[in-house]
Amino acid sequence: MSATLSDFKPFSRVQMAQRAASDIPEGWYVNLGIGIPTAIADHVPMEREVIFHSENGVLGMGPAPTKEDIEPWLINAGKQYVTLRPGGSICHHADSFAMIRGGHLDLCVLGAFQVADNGDIANWATSENDTAPAVGGAMDLAAGAKRLWVLMEHTTKDGQAKLVKTCSYPLTAQACVKRVYTNLATIDVTERGFVVLGMAPGLTLENLQARTDAKLHLPG
Amino acid sequence: MINKIVQSMADAMAGIKDGSTVLLAGFGSVGQPNALIDGLIEQGAKDLVVAANNAGAGHVGLARLMELGRVRKIICSFPRSSDPVVFETLYRAGKIELEIVPQGTLAERIRAAGAGVPAFFTATGVGTKMAVGKEHREINGRTYILEDALKGDVGLVEAWEADRWGNLTYKLAGRNFNPICAMASDLAIVQTQHIRELGEIHPDNIHTPGIFVDRVLHVPYGDPGGF
Repeated sequence: MSATLSDFKPFSRVQMAQRAASDIPEGWYVNLGIGIPTAIADHVPMEREVIFHSENGVLGMGPAPTKEDIEPWLINAGKQYVTLRPGGSICHHADSFAMIRGGHLDLCVLGAFQVADNGDIANWATSENDTAPAVGGAMDLAAGAKRLWVLMEHTTKDGQAKLVKTCSYPLTAQACVKRVYTNLATIDVTERGFVVLGMAPGLTLENLQARTDAKLHLPG
Repeated sequence: MINKIVQSMADAMAGIKDGSTVLLAGFGSVGQPNALIDGLIEQGAKDLVVAANNAGAGHVGLARLMELGRVRKIICSFPRSSDPVVFETLYRAGKIELEIVPQGTLAERIRAAGAGVPAFFTATGVGTKMAVGKEHREINGRTYILEDALKGDVGLVEAWEADRWGNLTYKLAGRNFNPICAMASDLAIVQTQHIRELGEIHPDNIHTPGIFVDRVLHVPYGDPGGF
């Protein structure tokens, strides 16, 4: 495979967030993981009523506050100041995770180190010996939400595939990822494995396959 | 006359024994009972097991308690923070035990203890390191693991308002783990920003009924600072 970056134009992080945002319909209850997924909220127009949830008991988050409007008692799970839209609500941590674990969230979007073509996700530790690994709410979200999407780079910085046959890193949850948005493609995880829904401009399936450790399929 | 309001930190902390399990509420620095942690540092109990979402930051509060060698074990979901140096140093040196628990499992283990549920099945963690050594059961076609309730000898809680019966309200994201830490602890100690007269908080607006609360200390410090 001799394709280089000059042969095609990868999606930017903003474009990745925009593509995921455009697939979220009105009325869904959605939790966005810390990192790139958080940016998805910026691309859902206010008139499309999507209810954003945060693990620390905040439901119905609005746009980030201006410096003058910061409410010091209102933060999200990433410890950032947030706002509530009219209709927003607060609950305690066990109720907040009942929303997650009880299957009430329509969607969770997480970042990941690896996704396998059976839907396994690894996103919390990079080795079995990681000192003091921090899991937070990722296992609850992955196992509990009605659907799990992943937003991540297609490969690691040194070119290792992150879409794999089997995750080599410790799992966050088994067989739960439904869709992956990367800087190179949008891919559904189905019973057949990875199905490519769309690719970055100029990229061929052959070039995408060269950057993917598991077999890619076309729809149909 | 019932009066759970105590007048001093020493009264609030009286009787906490070495070896206690302490449920510490808070998320980030919001709704975190910092004055009570300082009180516990002063009080002197050691060999503690502390359950909290995070493992402290900088050299204050929980991090200070650990730095003083008073914490035998920490049970948390996210031991990282903006400045986790104390925890990481102790952990690498093998001087503190760590039990990592998914955040929702941590919250539900605490809630279950408060509700008299000794253990429960959950799908969270199935197929991961969290499931190793735990009882598995298939229920209606899905696999679950058994998780134990997590009861506190002591609960440290921060409220927004409290009255002499121990009825509490919380402010915005300051609620977090506070209600469940109150209900799951044999001795629930509360610091509150405001003291209200009995009956002043409308019954519909009480978040934690006083039955879950043992002691209330007035600590009007204002708004939370950084994280």
